[in-house]
Amino acid sequence: MPKISIQDLKKIKEKERARMVLREGEYRAKITVHMGTCGIAAGAREIMTYFRDRIGQENLTDVILTNSGCAGLCAKEPMITVELADAAPVKYVLLDKEKAQRIFDEHVLAGKPVEDYALARGSETRAT
Amino acid sequence: MCASPYYRMQLMICAGTGCMASGSLEVKAALQKELTKRNLQDDVQIIMTGCNGFCAMGPLVVAYPDGIFYNQVKPEHAPLIVEEHVLKGRIVKELLFKEPVAKDQVPLIKDIGFFGRQRLIVLRNRGLIDAENIDEYIARDGYSALGKVLEEMTPEEVIEEVKKSGLRGRGGGGFPTGLKWEECRKYNNFPKYTICNGDEGDPGAFMDRSVMEGDPHSVLEGMAISGYAIGAHKGYIYVRAEYPLAIKRLQKAINDAREYGLLGTDILGKGFDFDIEIYPGAGAFVCGESTALMFSIEGKRGMPRIKPPRSAEAGLWNKPTNLNNVETFANIPPIILNGGDWFASIGTEGSKGTKVFALTGAVNNVGLVEVPMGTTLKELIFEIGGGIPKKRKFKAAQIGGPSGGCIPLGMEDVEIDYESLIGVGAMMGSGGVVVMDEMTCMVDTARFFTGFCVDESCGKCIPCREGLKVMYDKLTDICEGRGQEGDVEFLIELGHHINSTSHCGLGKSAANPVLSTIRYFRHEYDAHIRDKHCDALVCPNLIDFVVIEDKCKMCGLCHKNCPSNAIIWEKKTVARIDLEKCTKCRTCITNCRFHAIR
Repeated sequence: MPKISIQDLKKIKEKERARMVLREGEYRAKITVHMGTCGIAAGAREIMTYFRDRIGQENLTDVILTNSGCAGLCAKEPMITVELADAAPVKYVLLDKEKAQRIFDEHVLAGKPVEDYALARGSETRAT
Repeated sequence: MCASPYYRMQLMICAGTGCMASGSLEVKAALQKELTKRNLQDDVQIIMTGCNGFCAMGPLVVAYPDGIFYNQVKPEHAPLIVEEHVLKGRIVKELLFKEPVAKDQVPLIKDIGFFGRQRLIVLRNRGLIDAENIDEYIARDGYSALGKVLEEMTPEEVIEEVKKSGLRGRGGGGFPTGLKWEECRKYNNFPKYTICNGDEGDPGAFMDRSVMEGDPHSVLEGMAISGYAIGAHKGYIYVRAEYPLAIKRLQKAINDAREYGLLGTDILGKGFDFDIEIYPGAGAFVCGESTALMFSIEGKRGMPRIKPPRSAEAGLWNKPTNLNNVETFANIPPIILNGGDWFASIGTEGSKGTKVFALTGAVNNVGLVEVPMGTTLKELIFEIGGGIPKKRKFKAAQIGGPSGGCIPLGMEDVEIDYESLIGVGAMMGSGGVVVMDEMTCMVDTARFFTGFCVDESCGKCIPCREGLKVMYDKLTDICEGRGQEGDVEFLIELGHHINSTSHCGLGKSAANPVLSTIRYFRHEYDAHIRDKHCDALVCPNLIDFVVIEDKCKMCGLCHKNCPSNAIIWEKKTVARIDLEKCTKCRTCITNCRFHAIR
């Protein structure tokens, strides 16, 4: 990576912002696994591995799988956030592999949030 | 249809083509039959209507006078509608119209108590960015505050902006950050240092860990800005080795920032040099004290020294040093970007901005919350925290860890800011909130925190080293039934001595848990000493382990859970405890739902 200027900072911001809000059409869905110490202790790694395997198996190129820190509600870890293009992100709580499977099949692939495990939709702060 | 002119109720059945095709005539016949069977044909009128326009969900039945809209009604639903709706006046929920778009069944995040009442400044990126991806931090305005500072502001202007914001140290003391920076800038003795205190050690506190893990660049950016303001080119992050993930992510963040030239020489081409190094601490509580922390970085034993000179004048390696907490640094970039006035508009008169709290203990939503200063303890515990589990009663909250104090039931309307917490005998501390319910013994709690301080005392001052041990032994005596008249007075006197004659912050506040529990729960101490009774049923030596016959519901839960088969119980008999076998493990007490064992 080269050393950057203030102008470069703005360019990175614009480029990355477009990717993060799924507007460019390149990506259809984004799965964020919350991996703070609390999430990892509750089993977030297993969830992460599961999604990685599924994305590999289905050969999906339009799904972003990423991680982030503690989402705040440590009592309900493992948590993930699933965001589809043009839809509000949905936070899921108290996950295990079976629940992750349903979320992947019904929400990520078929586009319908799984009410049973969902806590809330929307973001705490503006998306970008 | 009957001739009676006054009907109690009308069922409008859609007879549009769509509903007819999906079977509304059969529904009509079935409803009529059901009404006649129950002799209700004169009470309820059935009317066939024209198309409602919602043919996809037919056959439709609208029940008046309430206007309840049932859809996809089948003939076999007729008994249900008549039984529930017509006779009992209850709505048949399964036939109600549901929004086909399932997302409306999921509540909005702002409508969830836990999230809706928070205001995120420090945790602005939580759950949104990958902590190990610098580009995602930049996408959310990351490093633009540093860019702004280097391009447009003099160090004096930066300090002025921070002073204007009213930001106070989030490590607990609450010293105004801007004044600290100004003091440090004054000295012309180089090199200077800026240090981030990530030695978070209070039992039940994890705010700083979460920020370092989830948004490490926000700490680096705040540190670089402070370096620019005070004239330092080197920063240290002192973080305990028990936080491996935080260290890993901070290190990755430092490496990435160096590669982009956001740390190192000539940052952003503006001629400012600044770099950061991580110093992992071994997890001594006292190393959170500024001078002990600096000795620790120098490779010496972590023991506080006498001030003055203050660290701003002669800190690390006797050079001017600025020390701020993780959360304080994470507040800096938004203050620079949005202005000090913006920050000062949030919070109370004396405490500006927000505070991050770690909610733990007997509370439903254990987790990390950020609220504006001035939020009441009640809102924090009941609206955000979701209240106390198992329908138990709130008893007290310990704020500020082992240096803080408890706030009892009846005082939960206290607004959380630096001054009001001190007013009620607690302190802000770093922001750990341990919630306690009626199953908590306050004497035992005081003993726990005192035990923590005994372990963590560095041993330099006698009042702290010896006094705390004496205090701990006295509390143990009281908990085990050897308490005597005068013990409480002794604890109060000793506590005041420890607090007033110790040198550092740890010793000066080490007796607070004891003093504040005595202040608000003196009756529990007295019950332990005089009646040899622990009302919360926590101290095993002060429990009789007998079943109260009136209260026992003969459910047998105690019997099933007892690990030593000490409970004699059969169906429909009151349980009895065999004290020969009983090991006083309290399993029966925690399992009994009727408080029948004492």
